[in-house]
Amino acid sequence: MSTVLAFFKKPFIRKYANYFILALITLVFGALSLSGSLKMGNQFLLEQIAIAMLLAVSLGMVVGFLGELSLGHAGFMCVGAFLGGKVSAILVPALGTNANSILVLVISLLVGGLSAAVFGMIIGLPALRLRGDYLAIVTLAFGEIVRNVVMNLPEQLFGATLGLETPRFDRKYLFIIALIAVLACLAVTQNLMRSKHGRAIISIKDNEIAARAMGVDITKYKLFVFTISSFFAGVAGVLYSYTQSRLQTPTFDYNYSIEILVMVVLGGMGSINGAALAAALITFINFKLQTVLTGNLSVLQNVIYSLILIVIVIYRNAPGLKAFREKYNLAVLLQKLKGKRAETEEKEDA
Amino acid sequence: MSEQILKVEELNVYYGMIQALRGISFEVNRGEIVSLIGANGAGKTTTLHTITGLIHPKSGHVSYKGQDITHIPAHKIVGMGMVHVPEGRRIFQGLSVYDNLLLGSYSRKDKEEIKRNMELVLTQFPRLAERKNQLAGTLSGGEQQMLAMGRALLSNPELIVLDEPSMGLSPLLVGEVFEIIKSFREAGKTVLLVEQNAKKALAISDRAYVLENGVITMSGKAAELADDERVRKAYLGA
Amino acid sequence: MNFLTALFNGLSSGGTYAIIAIGYTMVYGIAKMLNFAHGDIIMAGGYAMFTTLLLVGHPIPALCVAVAFCVALGVFVERFAYRPLRGASPLAVLITAIGVSSLLQSLAQIIFGAGSKMPLQLQVSGALKLGAFSIHYNTLITLAVTVVLMVALTLFVKYSKVGRAMVAVSEDRGAAQLMGVNTNAIIAVTFGIGSALAAVAAYLMLMKAPSLTNTLGAMPGIKAFTAAVIGGIGSVPGAMLGGILLGVIECVSLSIPAIAPFTDAIEFAVLIVILLVKPAGLLGKARREKV
Repeated sequence: MSTVLAFFKKPFIRKYANYFILALITLVFGALSLSGSLKMGNQFLLEQIAIAMLLAVSLGMVVGFLGELSLGHAGFMCVGAFLGGKVSAILVPALGTNANSILVLVISLLVGGLSAAVFGMIIGLPALRLRGDYLAIVTLAFGEIVRNVVMNLPEQLFGATLGLETPRFDRKYLFIIALIAVLACLAVTQNLMRSKHGRAIISIKDNEIAARAMGVDITKYKLFVFTISSFFAGVAGVLYSYTQSRLQTPTFDYNYSIEILVMVVLGGMGSINGAALAAALITFINFKLQTVLTGNLSVLQNVIYSLILIVIVIYRNAPGLKAFREKYNLAVLLQKLKGKRAETEEKEDA
Repeated sequence: MSEQILKVEELNVYYGMIQALRGISFEVNRGEIVSLIGANGAGKTTTLHTITGLIHPKSGHVSYKGQDITHIPAHKIVGMGMVHVPEGRRIFQGLSVYDNLLLGSYSRKDKEEIKRNMELVLTQFPRLAERKNQLAGTLSGGEQQMLAMGRALLSNPELIVLDEPSMGLSPLLVGEVFEIIKSFREAGKTVLLVEQNAKKALAISDRAYVLENGVITMSGKAAELADDERVRKAYLGA
Repeated sequence: MNFLTALFNGLSSGGTYAIIAIGYTMVYGIAKMLNFAHGDIIMAGGYAMFTTLLLVGHPIPALCVAVAFCVALGVFVERFAYRPLRGASPLAVLITAIGVSSLLQSLAQIIFGAGSKMPLQLQVSGALKLGAFSIHYNTLITLAVTVVLMVALTLFVKYSKVGRAMVAVSEDRGAAQLMGVNTNAIIAVTFGIGSALAAVAAYLMLMKAPSLTNTLGAMPGIKAFTAAVIGGIGSVPGAMLGGILLGVIECVSLSIPAIAPFTDAIEFAVLIVILLVKPAGLLGKARREKV
């Protein structure tokens, strides 16, 4: 145990600990899955977790780092899912391959991701002029427009109300690919935020006017972040299309955007790892609860999530709770715990 | 010695980690004009905000007519007879001049008295009477200052707290504003004045305090302070 | 004639939007927040009405109960979810409001189930016939209620003491406090008024289409917010104008078969275009950001 801890304490490893952990998970579960000892339910769960992580980390870029609220993340996912899904639905029979063709998968991921990115850029344009609540409502409107249009286009395009039939990738491998996509997303996000650009973006969040005065090109960065963020939402959409046999537009309604938002907020806005962790945790809990809570009780989890959301946001932001926060927070408690442990260790040493 | 109307004791005020006021104490007696003078950022406005309850101090006390008002919220203080005319006037631009004045009487219930008061204010400020139904945002800077002061009078105050009333006004109007402040005293009201224009402020004040970096460094009769070498150098440009 | 009917329907559904939009716009103007849960207050009002109808069976007491319930709920939400965040970042407030919205929707589903309820007693049948042209009584009632409420509200804001204080708080909260205005109380009153209007909107909506689910207010809420933005958020006449405009666009679009399915998309596209061309809305004042 202590050697493992020591390993993670090395500065290099520590900086990239999240990659190592995720890579480790991918390897272990990948090996289990390929050797046939992973149950299908667990493969499904891992797919869902990876998709949720992609969505949460990419939304976290906009909410956590840019400080702007996007309520249309499911809309970008929807674009990716339907366009990527359509591409794979065409390519699989056209190329005569089976549904598990890596080539088709990669092409559809790129198409889905890029098309979502284009939409992200288009939506990012108003974002340059609008802030806060207005931007939130524009992104929400975008999500609804996408859904409405996709659903009402002629049936041969996206299946209208019936839904779009898409090829399903073998469960054995899909989650591995999805986890690799999460790794890529983490790498991009993390490098972005630790770069000069990242600092610029954070400076925008703290004070746009100050950032502008210091020569930060707000327009460029906002657009950039929006585009990258939507790209990964699109990728998540394509991956999602591979987990379904029929894609339905109602899936991508704004409640889904809000679910992703909950993950970002629970993870602690601005923390990449937090968003990823919260996404994994919430998806896992939802999955486990599904069997317990049936019928109307299934809404109970929404009640709990919304309550948690409200309480956390108030706790973290209420001006009146500032003194309370400074006294009782995780960092302080950990510090105390550490202090105590150090004391006992010292005693033991003596 | 006349009755003490306002007493400030050992005020310590922080903005986050930054301490804006360090143990400020002073008092204002009934019927006086008292000035706080000091450079930008010395803590004058912070002092006024703390007195009228817009911000609350970390420690120290404010008492008004013998009652501790340190933690009483701003909106309740008006009803007790102390009114604050804020820096930059802050009149309600989208409301008519008349509505602005009416808002001054918001905390009062004595309709007849308000009516009488309104008439008094409108005779004192004939230009406001002329523009009664105009939107307040269309008034000139000087008129807006008149409106802010007239609005304050409608709360029927005993103590008027004025923050930079002459700011941004032409010299002619500045003189007019100071005349109005003197008329407050003649009407039996007490005035606590914060001014950049130390010369004019000292000229009409009974007493004054000098504020530097959140500390009161000098105090005394206004006339004596105006003659003090240090004050002259730092604030009177002589 | 078809177009004329669509126009009339548009005016009436626009009236409902306007009533909801006023709730958004007043709260936005005075509390400086987007009350995302406003649409769900409508839904809560719907269920309050439905429950009262089960017990009493008459629409008028149902409306009264719904108004009272919505006011209580709106003020309660403001007190416990939004007031603690006064002075916090707008993002935090908006996320909390979203949380409240989703909480109300899920609570309603737990209590009343996912199935749609049919408060049929609210329906009004018949139409006013003028030759070949007929207007449903629903439409007329909605229009009348809208006009009465608009006039009453305008008079209230303009001539009452509380109304004046509302304008003052929306312009400059600090200065209003210095006048002796208890801003917390004024904000609570604003939430109360908005919520009462939401209850009326619930009545009008259910009168037209008696189908009540936990998402009754979600879409109309978002669209009414759109209307408020189109008119210029913070402006009561703007909300009226935006509401009517949106209603007319909606009904005209619905009456043209080729574009009818895309009505939602069209409405939201109008929103985006207006925000881009005129970010402050049609009647809104451009707000300069403070440096």
